[in-house]
Amino acid sequence: MPDKIKFTIDGKECLAEPGQTIYEAARANGVYIPVLCHYEGLKPVGSCRICSVRVNGRWMASCTQPVTEGMVIENAVPEVEEFRKAIIEMLLVEGNHFCPTCEKSGNCELQALAYRYQIMVPQFPYLFPKREIEAFPGFLLEHNRCIQCQRCVRAIQTRDGQKIFTMKNRSKDVRVNVDRKLAAKMSEDQIQKAMDICPVGAILKKEVGFRLPIGKRKYDHRPIGSEIEEKK
Amino acid sequence: MSKPVIATASLAGCFGCHMSFLDIDERILELVELVEFDKSPIDDLKKFTRPVDIGLIEGGCCNVENVEVLRYFRKNCRILVSVGECAVMGGLPAMRNTIPLKECLEEAYLNSLTVAPEDRLIPNDEELPLLLDRVYPCHEIVRIDYFLPGCPPSADLIWEALTALIQGRPMKLDYPLIKYD
Ligand code: SF4
Ligand code: SF4
Repeated sequence: MPDKIKFTIDGKECLAEPGQTIYEAARANGVYIPVLCHYEGLKPVGSCRICSVRVNGRWMASCTQPVTEGMVIENAVPEVEEFRKAIIEMLLVEGNHFCPTCEKSGNCELQALAYRYQIMVPQFPYLFPKREIEAFPGFLLEHNRCIQCQRCVRAIQTRDGQKIFTMKNRSKDVRVNVDRKLAAKMSEDQIQKAMDICPVGAILKKEVGFRLPIGKRKYDHRPIGSEIEEKK
Repeated sequence: MSKPVIATASLAGCFGCHMSFLDIDERILELVELVEFDKSPIDDLKKFTRPVDIGLIEGGCCNVENVEVLRYFRKNCRILVSVGECAVMGGLPAMRNTIPLKECLEEAYLNSLTVAPEDRLIPNDEELPLLLDRVYPCHEIVRIDYFLPGCPPSADLIWEALTALIQGRPMKLDYPLIKYD
């Protein structure tokens, strides 16, 4: 068995398995680092940057960066937390997030992070961009709420490995693109999986909605990340 | 010492935030002890009668009258609070912000299936306040000091914010108090 790796997060001494990313190792040590584009079991892409930490003074995406011996990691320090807060605020103003109308409200990871960071109002002006809603046989794609995390792109494939969701365009025009033919063949379970894996209310299964009443939803009572912090 | 004076207004909102305010239930008896009301739909005072300590604004600005009232509040209130999603970010009325105003009006008054042919007319009376090109969050029109999100914000959040401001202490924002829906 290879030796465990020693590192610290905000002064707390931790141990990691070789090959673990900072995010995974932190989690195993009961330290929560927020993620949005990352999802357990998917290959990390490090695109949203919400999981940024400072290592020996340098900024790194903790979902892609492996832990190495002796790393000194800053996580819940004001500068890092302010940076994350700014990302959440940018995501909120960049799309059209009318939470009171949104089926994902209460179960949405973006909203849950905004709650955790106690965002009363974003520091940036709302852009109110013009975005489309696309309809497919079994689901809707709400571009107003998509944060381009690419979870759907990575997680949802046909049985022979074809991607149903892909990304198109660049920069501020980047959008999720759905293969209509393949989407028409998606099973109910696969659509449900896509909806569950989407951190926001961008993929919505048709003919169901608002299934969980207010008070029973995932983030109604406890902040996102509590389950990790309670482990230690 | 005289009591702090508060005032409230509903701009482009649905009065839900005012209803939520009344949801403080029996604490309303405490409120009467704590503050005095000036201009507000609650007492129907149309004009300010004195300088106000705390102004609570429900709703964003969708027309010129909203802007006027908001500026009037800013002038007369020491502390101004955006209460609810509409005041904070435009809320549901701002769903029209991605559609040009002309198209909105044509859809509502000319083309919609529910408009009877003889009623096809875009209202244009000088009594009606002019609509703005889009709906504006209050802080894009005047300076706002505090923000209470929620649709509506819970009575508990409004109560906590109000009592904190009256007592000059920091707000204690327990997790369940901050909600956007
Ligand atoms: S996706 Fe999340 S943040 Fe966006 S409107 Fe829905 S609940 Fe709100
Ligand atoms: S649809 Fe959802 S999962 Fe896919 S990129 Fe957009 S936010 Fe991410």
